[in-house]
Amino acid sequence: MSEPILSVSGLTAHYGDFQALFGVDVALEQGEVVAIIGANGAGKTTLMRAITGIARISAGRVRLDGRDITGTAAPGILMAGIAMVPEGRRLFPSLSVEENLLIGAHARRAAGHWNLESVYRLFPALRERRHHPGTALSGGQQQMVAIGRALMSNPRVLLCDELSLGLAPVVIREIYAAFPEIRASGASIVVIEQDVGQALKVADYVHCMMEGRITLSGRPGDLSRDAIHDAYFGATH
Amino acid sequence: MFSLDTIVQGLLLGGLYALFAAGLSLVFGIMRLVNLAHGDLIVLGAYLILGLGTVTGMNPFVAALIAMPLMFALGWLLQTRLLNRVLGEDILPPLLVTFGLSVVIQNGLLAAFTADSRKLAAGPVESASVAVGPVQMGVMPVMSLATAVAVILGLNLLFYRTALGRAFRATSDDAVTAQLMGIRPQRIFAMATGIALVVAAIAALYLGTRANFDPSIGPARLLYAFEAVIIGGLGSLWGTLAGGVVIGLAQTMGAAINPEWQILAGHVAFVLILMVRPRGLFPRAID
Amino acid sequence: MMKTSFPAYRPLALAVLCAAALALVPLIGPRAVVQDLFGILCLLVLALNWNMLAGFAGLVSVGQQAFVGIGAYTMFAAVILFGLDPLAGVLLGGLVAMALAVPVACFVFRLNGAYFAIGTWVAAEIARLGLGQWKALGGGTGTSLPKGTTRDMLGVGPVKEWLGVSSAAASDILLYWLALGLVLVTLGVSWAFLRSRMGLGLQAIRDNAMAARAVGVDPVRLKALVFLLTAFGTGLCGGLLFIQITRITPDAAFSLLDWTAFVLFVVVIGGIGTLPGPIVGVVVFYALERLLSDYGSAYLIVLGLFGIAVMLFARRGLWGSLSGRTGLELLPLGHRAPASASAVRP
Repeated sequence: MSEPILSVSGLTAHYGDFQALFGVDVALEQGEVVAIIGANGAGKTTLMRAITGIARISAGRVRLDGRDITGTAAPGILMAGIAMVPEGRRLFPSLSVEENLLIGAHARRAAGHWNLESVYRLFPALRERRHHPGTALSGGQQQMVAIGRALMSNPRVLLCDELSLGLAPVVIREIYAAFPEIRASGASIVVIEQDVGQALKVADYVHCMMEGRITLSGRPGDLSRDAIHDAYFGATH
Repeated sequence: MFSLDTIVQGLLLGGLYALFAAGLSLVFGIMRLVNLAHGDLIVLGAYLILGLGTVTGMNPFVAALIAMPLMFALGWLLQTRLLNRVLGEDILPPLLVTFGLSVVIQNGLLAAFTADSRKLAAGPVESASVAVGPVQMGVMPVMSLATAVAVILGLNLLFYRTALGRAFRATSDDAVTAQLMGIRPQRIFAMATGIALVVAAIAALYLGTRANFDPSIGPARLLYAFEAVIIGGLGSLWGTLAGGVVIGLAQTMGAAINPEWQILAGHVAFVLILMVRPRGLFPRAID
Repeated sequence: MMKTSFPAYRPLALAVLCAAALALVPLIGPRAVVQDLFGILCLLVLALNWNMLAGFAGLVSVGQQAFVGIGAYTMFAAVILFGLDPLAGVLLGGLVAMALAVPVACFVFRLNGAYFAIGTWVAAEIARLGLGQWKALGGGTGTSLPKGTTRDMLGVGPVKEWLGVSSAAASDILLYWLALGLVLVTLGVSWAFLRSRMGLGLQAIRDNAMAARAVGVDPVRLKALVFLLTAFGTGLCGGLLFIQITRITPDAAFSLLDWTAFVLFVVVIGGIGTLPGPIVGVVVFYALERLLSDYGSAYLIVLGLFGIAVMLFARRGLWGSLSGRTGLELLPLGHRAPASASAVRP
């Protein structure tokens, strides 16, 4: 097997006195989609925040393409090629849709598939609303802006935190329909999902988290419903 | 009730106050930093222009052009070395640090230049005036209003039409998410303060050519500037111009009734407006 | 680390000892020292009040000079226009300052954070410019207390006879004792208030306004109460100060530098949000003033830099850092000083 594009090993993180991650290991192969599932408070978002340099890492390593990027501040992580679609989308309210997209390429202008034109082709609904304030759009369209904004830096790894949160099923399908083209552009993807069915459908590999630990890993076809249930909620029977 | 002349003079005075306030408004809007040393930094700029003029014998307008990059550098250093370390949820540390800075600058200038009144000599343009209809307008006051409008226009273009301005707005909205875009807030803040001090150098030019100055006049100018910013509304540069004009008009109208009421009338106008609109006339950004 | 909290009577005994020593100073010290210490005690009163306001109630005012000036002008008006005793004028000054704090509060309490600070400053400027229009008290150029006012002041006679000193010296000593008394009362009231239900509520608000509201503390009412009480204390102090100064002008009575800037530095250097902080700060201030008195404005530059350094490196001030490091607590309030904020806004 080749070197994974992103590898996280033994990652530990704290929020004050509270330990949120206990030695988490995750590997992402080039061109792959990895899904991380788990209930609220399982540590999924903390994992994302630790990788992107927003949360402090207490122990463990993060490597991008073999290069150690542990402890790099958030702007440096983006420059290295990891872009994030944050939970709750977090569009900039004072910026229009187009400006929100442009700011994604503010610091990292890597050559690649993604630019304003290709993002508008991916999400045509955004083109006609490009001069509206980002936050004036519907939830689904805001999610598209957030994805487009992250793509604008032509990242090697795209981290998506809770894409489907608060969206209608039809909108969720529409958003995940963009994944094949994103993969085709060469980006590898990590998605965090509470919606297990959606995660199993889109991912090549799934990790289940509970209380800051990975409790189950495997290819979607190899995981039974019961095993996932136990890993998600803890063994109850 | 008030003569046309009074209103025109108030408008022109408002231009000067808007110049004092523009840099403050930029910094306040982007990082919610209350820079209590802004007035003293303008006075420092005036002494810088004076010093450059004295040493090289150049006209203050030329000296101001040289002072501008120097003031930018000063702003950059001030922000990266000092102010970035105290920015946070609590407004007290930045307030106190800039207050301390204000005292240090004032007394540093006092030690270096004494308490004597100074003036920047701009030449014959100082006493020149133009007649528009029945109203006589000094060329310098007209130039300061025109400069204020140009500065605000320029800052607006920068803010709304450039990549840097986009980064300013994004950082002001949400500094954490801005970092996910590869933006370094500390550097954005340093850029903002640098630009604010360039504007302060321009303000200093008009401060020093229109009237006498000495090391102690900073805080009063700061207060007019803050009133203009707050009346205008947080984050609105045109609002700041409007705020400056409101203070200028109130002051000349007050002075028209009783010369001793000039400054008082400006402050009273500020209180009245805030009683009705606590967030100012044109609030853009959310506090 | 274990907190080595003193039993309650220990700090009390220490305070009584210090107060007694200070009270005896006029009996042995020269008049210049008494006058100097009077100024320092008044600064301490202002600092204790501002500390309550900014350190405990979270009201960062840069306009407390308003109440010094109002107190001073009321005292002058009482003496010159109504022929009252200056000490009655002082009491009246506190009351008028508190009364005028009501309209000021109506204005500034509508504003938050930085706007509040600027609002208080503007209010003080309005008071300064407004009183400059009062021609009976000299307008913008000010006026002096009539000759003999302090000589005839209530209590000067007995002090003069008892100590066998001149009238002028007796008046200085009396003012000194009053300032010392005001310090002790302010300290005592602050301590009692902060340990009371209301005071604990106030500290709860400072630490978490939402939670405090949830348990039934009304932040606005409590803060308004502190604002009014500190206006009273600050007004009293203003009256006392200007009996000794004997001459009043709007610029001197409403000086931002003298009555607010110095006070801020004293509190911050000593340790904001702690009761002993202002005391430590005032001692440092006095030492700096003595040390650098020959260098003119250098003294202010050093003071400013000191204040900046404290904000950068020891945000809890000298006392806060000391008690944090050693666990030592004088005047314990049963709470902790605020933690230092992070460098970048989240």
